[in-house]
Amino acid sequence: MSRAKPEDDEYWNSSKYRAFTFEDDDDEFSRLKESKRAVNSMLVDDDEDDVEDVERVSWSGEPVESISWSVKETASSIRSGSEQGFPRIDTTPSLSKQGSGYSLSSLFKAFSESSVRAYAPELRRPRSDGKDFVSDLSLDETIRRMQKGRGFSLEKFRSLQDKLLLLDKAVSAHDGNVITAVLIYLKRSLSKEILFRELMSREVALRHYIHFLKETGEQKLLMDLLKALGRTEDMALMQYKEHLNIKDEGRRKDFLKSCLSLPFSQDDAAHVQDHYTLLERQIIIEEYDKKAVTDVFKKFPRKASILNMPIITTLYYSCFYHYGELEGTFSSPSNIRKTFRISEKQYILTALGARAKLRSWSDVDSLFNTKNWLGYTKKRSPIAFHRVVDILQKNSAPVQVLQDYVNLIDDPELKLSVALKYKCHDVIINTYRDLKDRQLLVSYRDKLEQDSPEYRKIQELLSNGQVRWKN
Amino acid sequence: MFISIYSPAPVVWHLQMAQTERRDAPGLPDFFQLKRLARDQLIFLLEELPGKKDLFIDADLMSPLDRIANVTILKQHEVDKLYKVELKPIVSGSDQLCFLIRPRIKTVKWISDLVNSDKTAGRFRRYKIIFTPQKFYAYVTTDEWNFYILPLDDDILSLELPEFFRDTFLEGDQRWMTTGGGALHLLQSVYGSFSKVYGIGRCAKMVYESWRELTEEGEQRTRQPEFAKVFLIDRDVDYVTPLCSQVVYEGLVDDIFRIKCGSVEFGPDVTSSDKSIKVMLTSQDQVFSEIRNEHFSNVFGFLSQKAKNLQTAYDKRRGMDIQQMKAFVADELKGLKQEHRLLSLHIGASESIMKKKTKQDFQELLKTEHSLLEGFETRESIAYIEEHINRQVSMIDSLRLLCLLSITENGLLSKDYRSLKAQYLQSYGMDHLLTFANLRQLGLLEEQQTGETLTVMESKVGKLVNDKTVGKLTDAFSSLAKKSNFRALSKRLALVPKYGEEYDLRVPRDMAYIFSGAYVPLSCKLIEQVLERDGWTGLEEVTRMLNGQEFAVTGL
Repeated sequence: MSRAKPEDDEYWNSSKYRAFTFEDDDDEFSRLKESKRAVNSMLVDDDEDDVEDVERVSWSGEPVESISWSVKETASSIRSGSEQGFPRIDTTPSLSKQGSGYSLSSLFKAFSESSVRAYAPELRRPRSDGKDFVSDLSLDETIRRMQKGRGFSLEKFRSLQDKLLLLDKAVSAHDGNVITAVLIYLKRSLSKEILFRELMSREVALRHYIHFLKETGEQKLLMDLLKALGRTEDMALMQYKEHLNIKDEGRRKDFLKSCLSLPFSQDDAAHVQDHYTLLERQIIIEEYDKKAVTDVFKKFPRKASILNMPIITTLYYSCFYHYGELEGTFSSPSNIRKTFRISEKQYILTALGARAKLRSWSDVDSLFNTKNWLGYTKKRSPIAFHRVVDILQKNSAPVQVLQDYVNLIDDPELKLSVALKYKCHDVIINTYRDLKDRQLLVSYRDKLEQDSPEYRKIQELLSNGQVRWKN
Repeated sequence: MFISIYSPAPVVWHLQMAQTERRDAPGLPDFFQLKRLARDQLIFLLEELPGKKDLFIDADLMSPLDRIANVTILKQHEVDKLYKVELKPIVSGSDQLCFLIRPRIKTVKWISDLVNSDKTAGRFRRYKIIFTPQKFYAYVTTDEWNFYILPLDDDILSLELPEFFRDTFLEGDQRWMTTGGGALHLLQSVYGSFSKVYGIGRCAKMVYESWRELTEEGEQRTRQPEFAKVFLIDRDVDYVTPLCSQVVYEGLVDDIFRIKCGSVEFGPDVTSSDKSIKVMLTSQDQVFSEIRNEHFSNVFGFLSQKAKNLQTAYDKRRGMDIQQMKAFVADELKGLKQEHRLLSLHIGASESIMKKKTKQDFQELLKTEHSLLEGFETRESIAYIEEHINRQVSMIDSLRLLCLLSITENGLLSKDYRSLKAQYLQSYGMDHLLTFANLRQLGLLEEQQTGETLTVMESKVGKLVNDKTVGKLTDAFSSLAKKSNFRALSKRLALVPKYGEEYDLRVPRDMAYIFSGAYVPLSCKLIEQVLERDGWTGLEEVTRMLNGQEFAVTGL
């Protein structure tokens, strides 16, 4: 990508952003590095306990007394077996029933019986407000008591109209907990069809209900609801989401296959199809590669399996381990590129990364070689060449390789700055020579080691009487 | 000062408070009281289950709890062992179990399974659940520990509720509105009432309502107010700000190391040793407090100077006699050592930030953000984002740039949206289909609607509006119809300084220095304007573009 037009440079150099750049050669940064050395080497008489004292009090965000710290400690003591290995049966009955712990066991029982009775607060005697508990409360009063967490009863709201009034009142109180509590009551006491119908015109309540179903994991009911609402795309996505809970690849693949017929939007349907195809391919590739013994696998053993990796990672993997395979094989880069409609730019970027990592410079070269109609080879790239240089450099390409690509950068200023950044001497020297700039050459020479080849090259140039220097 | 409802996503809903007269006035109220209140209530609740007990704590409550109490306090109230809630079977020999948890269904389910398995095993235990900051679904039999507010620093209060944003803005669940109201009510009852409340946004309104109800019911306290003004603002009023990269020290520390609950963990590369250190980042740290709000470019110079001063101070020891040395050790040495330690860490952190940022081409990322904010060279920005995605660089940064593009441009052109989404899914995984669906629901990353789709949508919404009870635009559709209007807002409020203007980062002239002079945060500008005018008068055009819902109330 070439964004560095000359006027851009001027903008960046002259405007408000000039003060500072996140580049290595920043002067202040080197000053900071010096300070670091200085600070770390400053002499302090180290009396041990003093150090500890400081650390304990003001340094660790977690003082020794810290709770998170102790929890870790407890966990490790369990591991070391100091705790009894299996639960002890304690038959001593406890008589005291004060406090608020008393009613929980029944509450839990109800909860786990997959009924939501535990949520229905009317079952419980309120703890602190028992005395002012009244069973016949008005609508407003009921909502108010619910908001305050006091005792209340919803059972007296029997008719559909009363229930809906209750719901609307809860919504207008803006208390999500109350809204959901009412919805739980309605869920229990109304038929699904009626509840769905009424929720359609009550967006706030509806969203609370959907969220509640998501949280409790009532997937089936949720699907029915979304279907009834005509929100088919949401329904499809919600269903698709389930694949995240399936660990086994085979089953996951089958599940994705079953998703293909869901009513996704046109684009998403294509993505889900890709997801299925990808996993199917990955399973096949994995099956072969986990036993693979070819050189590249021996030299660069796989760090992880390819299962569930993104498409581009799979392409990279294939460019790394399966480069040059015929298009007919599932694991070949060209097959993956074609199957997933990968753009040329994306393909080149990925292949470049993989081949550079393997230091296979001839493969890198052939990625960019194109022949024109005269059969003459020329390098072309959908990515700007300074980017290519970047990627090569990050994969520690030798200067000779880098230089070839630096030379392909069109913009002379950018070319020079990249060359300077990566110390491509030949490019720099040739540029200065072409500029006929003696002074720049001299000052560059002075930065080089004496008797290095590039130093000698400059010397030769400077003593060459043929060149007409401009300065 | 901030009260923030913390969210791990780059988006935070916050309440901002301003003080009388001088907006940056010193003399903050002492927030230690809030900690003491929370601790006392926790002790009371623990005492309600007398005798030895094991305590199970939700993982994300541990850091906040550390700020309130310590192990000794828990032990004093007969807590025997501490466990983290891991939703797995437990090993505990205690006859009494106490659970301190956030109101989450999966946690309660886990507890219920646990109780039932005890029952099956014929084991008798007593159990107590304490929900914090509040119970859910109007339970009546469980306890609440109303630990609403955690003071993270002298001037920052937080509700530390990671799920707030998702529940409220994505799911449309209003369960936390009363929490916001409760928190404000608590502040008011401890520190006196407020003279003025301003706000904007649907949630802000609901929180205000809930707070008002609590205040009207509660006993009236007449006290000299310590806070004068409150500003409530919804996160979705200003998504742009959290999507931009801050270039001040604290912002970068958060970016690289993640500040959690006011503390950060520095790894071996920062500590110049083989261990990591957890550090509290507050104004108690003299070095940090001086650089936290500085543009990163000023930080190196500052730290270098500090290092020199420190050396000079150490050097004073040379040529001291015994008496002088004694005095030096007694009065200065400890302070110097402390400063030495701080300095070494912050230098290490700065160096590490610099290295990481250089490696990830931060300069170009900033340039793209600035172009998006200014609205020029959009095609180049899109090309940059595309390449970012193609190279599989940071998944979050790619998404952040996409969202920024969408909000500044009022949505992506259909062909761009499709192509960028497809490439994103190829690079980072297909399951991000769900991410895109969520971001779309939030209005953070959208496809521009063609005229036709909008008409269909409008007629649908129209039908709903005529429906008996709804009476106003529903959430789902309003997010579709809602435009960010960033460009117009930016012009009206002068958020983006004019092209080519000089900006001296060493002497910042406004809030834009946080973003290297490229952008004044929308929410902060809004607060400034409202406080200057003592209300919304004259800002009608702005509030209209922000979807209205603004209010200003005197005396509560």
